[in-house]
Amino acid sequence: MLHTVNKSPLQTRDLDSCLLHLEAQSAESRLLLIEDGVYGALAAAPSATTLSDLANQGRLYVLGPDLSARGVAPEALIAGAEIVDYEGFVQLIVDYGPHQAWV
Amino acid sequence: MQFAILVNESPYQHQAADSAYHFAKAAIAMGHRVPRVFFYMDGVHNANRLQEPQQDDRNIVQRWSQLAADHDVDLVVCVAAALRRGVKDEILAPGFRISGLGQLVEIGIEADRLVTFGD
Amino acid sequence: MNDEFDEDAASTIKRFMFVNRKAPHGTIYALEALEVVLISAAFDQDVSLAFLDDGVLQLRKGQDAKAIEMKNFAPTYRALEGYDIEKLYVERESLEARGMTADDLVVPVEVVDRARMSALMSEQDVIMSF
Repeated sequence: MLHTVNKSPLQTRDLDSCLLHLEAQSAESRLLLIEDGVYGALAAAPSATTLSDLANQGRLYVLGPDLSARGVAPEALIAGAEIVDYEGFVQLIVDYGPHQAWV
Repeated sequence: MQFAILVNESPYQHQAADSAYHFAKAAIAMGHRVPRVFFYMDGVHNANRLQEPQQDDRNIVQRWSQLAADHDVDLVVCVAAALRRGVKDEILAPGFRISGLGQLVEIGIEADRLVTFGD
Repeated sequence: MNDEFDEDAASTIKRFMFVNRKAPHGTIYALEALEVVLISAAFDQDVSLAFLDDGVLQLRKGQDAKAIEMKNFAPTYRALEGYDIEKLYVERESLEARGMTADDLVVPVEVVDRARMSALMSEQDVIMSF
């Protein structure tokens, strides 16, 4: 299952809820942050600890074009978050199955 | 693989329509198919050909029409959501058609994946 | 292309989950999700509804939208059974965070904990989130 979160966790609780549910799922589930959701991967954000666990398991992705648009350099992100482009987004859905948008 | 796409937000106000478009383009470039994009709720505004964005901005409506023409993508606008918002046949951009919600469920069944873009 | 779709559609049964995470009335999402659920009944799929986060508020008893001149659609959840849509899952943690129990809901549901809800989500073929 491929989860996407598109809002900043500093503004809404969508990422928190997604993470609580993702924890209970198998290692086959993945998280991709898109749109304003990319701010969630900032090392300074309160979500960093939980997301780091996910990143260390190779299960966290961030959409590069949305990072660039927002002036967020890869160095500002937690370690281990993999940056993908739109083709990477498509491939994640091919590989990990149904899409769940935490809109 | 076949990707159905659901768009729930209006163009320009929210990034959802842009994200959906870039996703569709990438999928097609990779050799996948996007048989249908379904526009629901405020997403129906994506079909309004009367929109005139400024010269230096992207034309979201035209982009959808071009995608439909180039890659045989069925652009379906929910009838109830459209009528409620004044989106009617006479203002539809090329490639769009108005139909029922059954078209969304049907493509959810038929496609390999349904990808949702919303608020 | 459409003929091919129709044939396949007749033979395929997928697990569809409608994920409801938003409160009613403030935005249109809850109402429009319910519209899709009702349509889905005609396709003979394996349909379930999940209510979590503010989505549990959609099922809250005693809603009266008269004064704001909006549609009171909560009673429609009770009609779902007549469409053979009987799997309504409500997350316990979300209810508790809002001071609610199953007794506060307009319709009988299965209250599940978060881990169970997560498992149910991962068993689906199609997730519709509004």
